[in-house]
Amino acid sequence: MNGPFIDRLYDLLKQVTGYIYPNEIEVHWSILVVVYPYLTGLVAGAFILASLVKVFNVKEVQGVYRLSLLTALAFLLIAPLPLLLHLGHPERAYEIFLNPNFTSAMAMFGFVYAWYLMVVLVLEIWFTYRRDVILWAREEKPPMRWIHRVITLFSNDVSERSLEVDRKVVKGITIIGIPSAFLLHGYVGFIFGSIKANPWWSSVLMPIVFLFSAIVSGIALVILLYMVITPLRGGKIDMACLDKMSSYLFYAVIVDFSLECLDFIHRLYQSEESIKILSEMVMSKLFISLVIIQVLLGMVLPLALMVGIRLLRVNEELRKLLYFVSVILIQLGIFATRWNVVIGGQMFSKSFKGLTVYKMELTGIEGLLMTLGLLMLPFVVLAILLKIFPAWEWPKKHAAVEPAM
Amino acid sequence: MKIFFSRIPDSLVRLCIVFAVLIGIILVVRAVLPSSLTDHTLQVQSTVEREAAKPLRHAGSEVCADCHEEYQVKKVGYHRNLSCETCHGPAKEHAENPTVVKPSLPRMREFCVRCHSYNPSRPTGFPQINPAAHNPLKPCVTCHNPHDPKPPTVPQECQGCHAEIARTKALSPHVQLECTTCHNVPEGHKTSPRSVVASIPRERDFCGKCHGKNAEVQETPKIDLLTHGEKYLCWQCHYPHMPEVK
Amino acid sequence: MERRRFLNKLFAVALPGGVLGIVLQRSRARAETSGYDASKHYYGMGIQVDKCIGCGRCVEACKDENNVPREPFFFRTWVERYVIKGNGEVVIQNIDKTISATAEVIGERDFLRSFFVPKLCNQCDNPPCVQVCPVGATFKTEDGIILVDEKRCIGCRYCIQACPYGARYLNPTTQTADKCTFCYHRVVKDLLPACVEVCPTQARIFGDVRSTASPLTRFKRMNKLHVLKPYLNTEPKVAYSELDGEVR
Repeated sequence: MNGPFIDRLYDLLKQVTGYIYPNEIEVHWSILVVVYPYLTGLVAGAFILASLVKVFNVKEVQGVYRLSLLTALAFLLIAPLPLLLHLGHPERAYEIFLNPNFTSAMAMFGFVYAWYLMVVLVLEIWFTYRRDVILWAREEKPPMRWIHRVITLFSNDVSERSLEVDRKVVKGITIIGIPSAFLLHGYVGFIFGSIKANPWWSSVLMPIVFLFSAIVSGIALVILLYMVITPLRGGKIDMACLDKMSSYLFYAVIVDFSLECLDFIHRLYQSEESIKILSEMVMSKLFISLVIIQVLLGMVLPLALMVGIRLLRVNEELRKLLYFVSVILIQLGIFATRWNVVIGGQMFSKSFKGLTVYKMELTGIEGLLMTLGLLMLPFVVLAILLKIFPAWEWPKKHAAVEPAM
Repeated sequence: MKIFFSRIPDSLVRLCIVFAVLIGIILVVRAVLPSSLTDHTLQVQSTVEREAAKPLRHAGSEVCADCHEEYQVKKVGYHRNLSCETCHGPAKEHAENPTVVKPSLPRMREFCVRCHSYNPSRPTGFPQINPAAHNPLKPCVTCHNPHDPKPPTVPQECQGCHAEIARTKALSPHVQLECTTCHNVPEGHKTSPRSVVASIPRERDFCGKCHGKNAEVQETPKIDLLTHGEKYLCWQCHYPHMPEVK
Repeated sequence: MERRRFLNKLFAVALPGGVLGIVLQRSRARAETSGYDASKHYYGMGIQVDKCIGCGRCVEACKDENNVPREPFFFRTWVERYVIKGNGEVVIQNIDKTISATAEVIGERDFLRSFFVPKLCNQCDNPPCVQVCPVGATFKTEDGIILVDEKRCIGCRYCIQACPYGARYLNPTTQTADKCTFCYHRVVKDLLPACVEVCPTQARIFGDVRSTASPLTRFKRMNKLHVLKPYLNTEPKVAYSELDGEVR
């Protein structure tokens, strides 16, 4: 028996208030399961932003199209890692694909994830970059030359016909991609929302709330990346692009905030049996993460800043600062949202008579250091992807060519 | 058909080939895997068998009868509904290897006290004692044969089985009343409590003997029997063991 | 052009061939256990709340029989103590002394009602845990008992979240989900589950729900029965008599 693990449980026992079922002392879904919906949410949001360019032809946001796609891919590749690490038997993870239980939302989600990765995201990036990668490969030195050659499947076709097909395919993929992105993160919400045993999770609104908070976090992430990377590579931030992205962020935050208010009002008004213990939990265990971070800092303050920007016609420099502050706050807020859903759902007993605590460790597989590492990793992957698929202006070392898309 | 195929760009064809190979690999892998990995029915069956083959630790009561005459003694006493293993612990190993492995033989007071110490949540009628007051330090088995645990003397006080009621009453204004003041207890009740029951008062006048306007007793609260709660028997509102006023 | 035609022909053969192979591979194996016919039984349990004295022998016997970790954080069955006070307040405690070490001591003066309630896996007929298991490691047997395949469970803990009764836990040794199995290994040999075996007051009754003459059938005839959280429609097979409305 794991001594330190048991000692930790004895410590937790002292902090239980009221009555909890004895098996509930151990918090089963830890910080790793908080990180997972946070990462997949960013994927969905970044992809939706990219789709705005292709499907709705929003010209101003053209500049971040490729960045959004690559961001989505980087996060999508890393997102399964926290889940894998959290399993009791990660070496058996293949069972989800080999012998899925078709009534299980978690199992079916594995296939939605695979679909989204292979058919939507990878293909869209491939078709977007295909012509450019072929052209770059012609002039490069190994190893990049070979990486690019493999990516293009050793094809050399840059004919008009092929470019036309590329454009059509990308448009088509984006069209099926939007509902796929909705399905991707709505499904994560369904995984929680379908648990009737847990009144904090069980709600029809859960997939919708998850989806819109995902969109908010994804757009905010792309804005953040754009504002950080552009000066780093010596470029100038395109204010039209930034303003447009921020306006989409603004609309998304309004919808997300409305949905969360709706959930809150609905719960209070219906006043079901669980309302007492849930209120107690929100005001005691979740006060800082929910009231302060998720609502005030993560939603109300950024909303106020964005409204202020519009009403007061703020100048460019101040706008950039306020946007930057807003997107950071939003990231914190959405992470806190995920925390409140996952951890919050386990802080109260299913007897509705008691509360327990969650103590995150520092080290260990489910500790803070691992979490920070997992949150950093997608940025590392993004850096690598940007090396293979440069997302901005044509790399100077190559002969100038008209951009494909 | 040929024209259609020739119009498809070369890169698209390569992509389709890659996907087809991937899907082909998946199908082939699925096909060559042993059925123990893929057939859910087989997996269920093997789990059921594995579960059914787990070792037993408790032997079950009937087995003890083969060797131990105490089993027959226990059959008619107050502990007849207990399994031998309730007190002697898991005894499967003993049943298979009687001379080498011995089950536990609980003789300490703490053991009996676990069921029989006073706990107000225990159902009324269950024999309970206060371990600190009831022959402290003496092993229970000194006076009570665990296989036929008849008390050495018939309990004089109702408290032996109705401890919670007795303690509640001890805190109430009725503390000075004996149980027999209100309850008619036939002798048989102490040995066969469920078949021979004690009586409870069924008339308002009974309580009126102390609480009516004309009662001889001075210190009790008085009410007018004719009007006070006239449709009801007194104990339908007032709990006699803790008779609080509304 | 030639290459393309060749590849087309290759896939025209390979794909259906692969599918056919899969179909032929699947064997419906019929394994038997010796002598026991699962289709002839369907198990359930009855609990008479008014008989429970809260001694905890069932908890101990279960841990002995099923190798459950001894620490007070892993229970296949446990007993709760309810005290409903005169002012309406309900106090629930676990009878395990370690867990309720800091529990309040309530004097008899405050008592309105008090009793013990044994809890365990309800072996639901519409089990939410089976529904959500991603790999189908937990399933309902033909004789009505929910088992966990500890060789295939991946330890995702979804079933533990889905159980409304808190009956499941993660076994720290095997790192797989675990719970009461009605002592399946005893039941197939016509023995009683350990908790039923050692209960001194026969508060627990075990049997075949389909039988017409058994202690369980009499229990169901003579008592008004309740199940825990019926509104969740899990269809539990553990029925309680005299279950107070305050029991959660």
